[in-house]
Amino acid sequence: MTTTILYTVLCLVALGLIFAVVLYLVAQKFKVEEDPRIDVVESLLPGANCGGCGNAGCRAFAEQYVKSSDPDSLFCPVGGNETMGKIAAALGREAVEKEPMAAIVRCQGTSDKCARTNRYDGYASCKVAASLYSGETGCRWGCIGLGDCLDVCQFGGIRIDPRSGVADINADMCTGCGSCAKACPRGVIEMRPKGPKGRRVYVSCVNRDKGAVTRKACTVGCIGCGKCEKVCPFGAIHVENNVAYIDFTKCKLCRKCVDECPTHAIVAVNFPPRPPQAAKPAAPAGEGTPVKVTPVQ
Amino acid sequence: MRLKTFRMGGIHPDDNKISASAAVEVLPLPAVAYISMAQHLGAPATPIVQKGDKVLVGQVIAEPSGFVSAPVHSPYSGTVKAVEPRADFAGNMVTHVVIDVEGDEWLPQIDRTPEIKTEITASREEILEKIKNAGIVGLGGAAFPTHIKLSPPKDKTAECLIINGTECEPYLTSDDRIMQEEPVQIVTGARIMMKALGVPKCYIGIEENKPAAIESMKKAAADYSGIEVVVLKKKYPQGGEKQLIDAIIHRRVPSMGLPIDTGAVVQNVGTALAVYEAVQKNKPLIDNIFTVTGKCVPQQKNFDVRVGTTFRQIIEAAGGIPENAAKFVSGGPMMGKAIVNLDASTVKASAALLVLTEEETLRKKESNCIRCGKCADACPMGLQPFLLSRLARAGGRQEELEQEKVFDCIECGCCLYTCPANIPLLDVIRPAKAEVIKIMRSRPKK
Repeated sequence: MTTTILYTVLCLVALGLIFAVVLYLVAQKFKVEEDPRIDVVESLLPGANCGGCGNAGCRAFAEQYVKSSDPDSLFCPVGGNETMGKIAAALGREAVEKEPMAAIVRCQGTSDKCARTNRYDGYASCKVAASLYSGETGCRWGCIGLGDCLDVCQFGGIRIDPRSGVADINADMCTGCGSCAKACPRGVIEMRPKGPKGRRVYVSCVNRDKGAVTRKACTVGCIGCGKCEKVCPFGAIHVENNVAYIDFTKCKLCRKCVDECPTHAIVAVNFPPRPPQAAKPAAPAGEGTPVKVTPVQ
Repeated sequence: MRLKTFRMGGIHPDDNKISASAAVEVLPLPAVAYISMAQHLGAPATPIVQKGDKVLVGQVIAEPSGFVSAPVHSPYSGTVKAVEPRADFAGNMVTHVVIDVEGDEWLPQIDRTPEIKTEITASREEILEKIKNAGIVGLGGAAFPTHIKLSPPKDKTAECLIINGTECEPYLTSDDRIMQEEPVQIVTGARIMMKALGVPKCYIGIEENKPAAIESMKKAAADYSGIEVVVLKKKYPQGGEKQLIDAIIHRRVPSMGLPIDTGAVVQNVGTALAVYEAVQKNKPLIDNIFTVTGKCVPQQKNFDVRVGTTFRQIIEAAGGIPENAAKFVSGGPMMGKAIVNLDASTVKASAALLVLTEEETLRKKESNCIRCGKCADACPMGLQPFLLSRLARAGGRQEELEQEKVFDCIECGCCLYTCPANIPLLDVIRPAKAEVIKIMRSRPKK
C-alpha cells in the first residue's frame, strides 16, 4: 500500500521535473522580446478601451506610443493632458499640451420647438430610423433622440431628455473620446474644444434646408441668413449649405453673433449672466466685470 | 397535381385580397400634380422644363442622367408651375416638377383608340429604343429601368422570360385586376419582350389564389405555344425575383449573382402591360394601377392613377381617411414603406395605399431569443436572421456579417413575421446590410 503511494508520488514528481525542463527550454527558444515600456504606458492609461484615440484599445495605443517616431500625434482624449504628461515623463519625453475636447449636440429641436408630425413605432435605434425615413419631425437633419449616442458612451455623460426628446451631454462627464460623434447617423454631435472655463459658442443646428423650410419645421433652426457671418469681427463664421458654422480655431468668444441670430440658433454656454443693458456704460472702465471673456490662446 | 413553389423558406400570411372584386376605375385628374424626378432605381432624372412651360400628356419633362436611369414624361397637360424640391412620402427631399393641370391634351402620336394591336411589327432594336424612351421601369416595386434588364451583358445569354403575376404581397390586387381586364395586352407585351430578348419560352407565374386571373391569362396565352401559364402555390415571397426563378425553372440564382446567371429574365405583369402600351401604342409610362385597401377603408378600390397624384387625393376618392386610421403604407404590409406625408405624390412603381388601424400596426414587446430557429426556417435566402441580427446589434462586426452573406438578404420580412419573441430582426439587419455592401463596393476590384 505505502509503496504504491510512494511510486505514484515519485512518478508525478519526475514527470513534473521533466515538463518543467521542457517548458523552460521552449520558453527560452521562442522568447518574444517586448518593450517593457509598453506595460508602463498601458498601466498609466485610463483603461477605458473606448477607441477614442483611433486605436483598438489602450494596449494598442501604448504599443503605438512607444514605437511611434512621432508620439506627439497620439493623444488619449480620455486621460487628457494630465495622463499624457505622466506617460511622457515615464518615457523621458516631453508632452505637447492639447486643448481638451468635449462633445456638443448641435440641435435644439426639442418637442416644443420642433413639432412632431408623425410617430415612429419601429426599432428604437437612430441608425435604423435614419435608414428608413426623414424622422418624426419636419426636420430631416436634427437629433432623432432614440439614443445611439447614449448606448456607446462609456462614461454615462449622455442622456435623452424624456420631455424634449433631444440628446443632452453633460460636459463635466464628457471625456472627449468622440464615440458618440461617430455613432450619430445624422452627424449632429460635434467635437469642439471645451474652452476656457467651459465657455463655448456654437451654432446649435445642422439643418441644411433652405431658410423657409427650416423655419417651418423648427423655431430655433439656423436659416442661413448670414447675419452672424457679417457681424463676426474675426471671420470665424461661414454659412455653407444654408447652415452657419463657427470655426473654433478663429472664434474669440465675443458673442456678437449670439445677439445677432434671429432664431437663437447660436448658443453660448457657461458664460456668466450679462448685467442689464442700462448698467453697461456705467461700469467703471478697466475693472474686471463678469462679462469679461478669456480669449482662447 | 402538386403546385410549384420555391424550395427554401417562405411564410403563409393571410392574403387579405379584399379589393380583388373592385374593377379598375379611372381616377379624376388633380388640379395640381407633383412629378418626382426619382421614380426609378439609380440616378434621378434631370428636369428639362422650366417654370411657365406648356406641356402635353406624354411629353418628356426630364432626361435620364447616367446609365441606370430613365426619362420622365408628363402625365398631364398644363403649365409648369415650379421645379422645386419637395418631400416624398418618406419625408426625403426630391426634385419635383409641379404642373398646373389644364384639360387633358395628349401628344398626337399616342394611339388612344381602344383597338388591341397584337401584331408585332417593330424590330428588336426598335423595341428596346421605344422601351427606353418610354421611361419604363420595373413595376414590381424596385423600379429598375426595364431596357437594361432586357439587354443582358454579352457573356450571358437569356433562355427564357418569366412574367411575374404572383402578387404574393397580402392586400395588393392591382396585378390581379389587370390580368383579368387586359390579358391580351399583357401577353402581347410578353411577346414583345421575348422578341427583344430573342428567347423562345415565356412562363407566366400566377399564385393559386387568383383563379379568375389564371383563367383569363390561360385563354389569352392559348394561341401561343411558347407562352405557358404556371399556377403556383400560395406562399410569400413567391414574387421575389430569385424565388420565382427557383419556383418555375428550378434554378438558384448564385449568391451575389443576377437572375440572368440562370438564363432567366423576370418582368412584372404591370411592366408587360407598359411595354405593350409603349411599343404598340406609343404611350410612355405615365400611369399605373393602384390599389386602395385596408380593413378600415370604406370603399376598396383599384384605380388607374396617373403618376404625380397625391396620396391624399387617392384616399379621398376611396371614401376619405377612415377615423381609426393609424398608419398609411405605400405598398403591401410586408415590404411596403410607411407614409409620413400624405401630400406626397405617387411614382411609377407605386402599387398601393394600405391603411391600417392602431390595432393592426401594434408592435408587440420584444422578448429574448429562444433559439427556436423559426427565422432561419422562414428565410427564403437560406440565411440565419437570428445570427445576423445579433452581429448587427453588436456593432463593428461587418466582416462576420459578410461571411454570413448578409448581402443576400432580400428584406422580405419573413424572419420578423415568424419570430415568436417579436425580435425586430429585419429592422436591425437592413442598415447592417447597407453598411456591408458599402464596404464591399469601396474595395478595389480585383
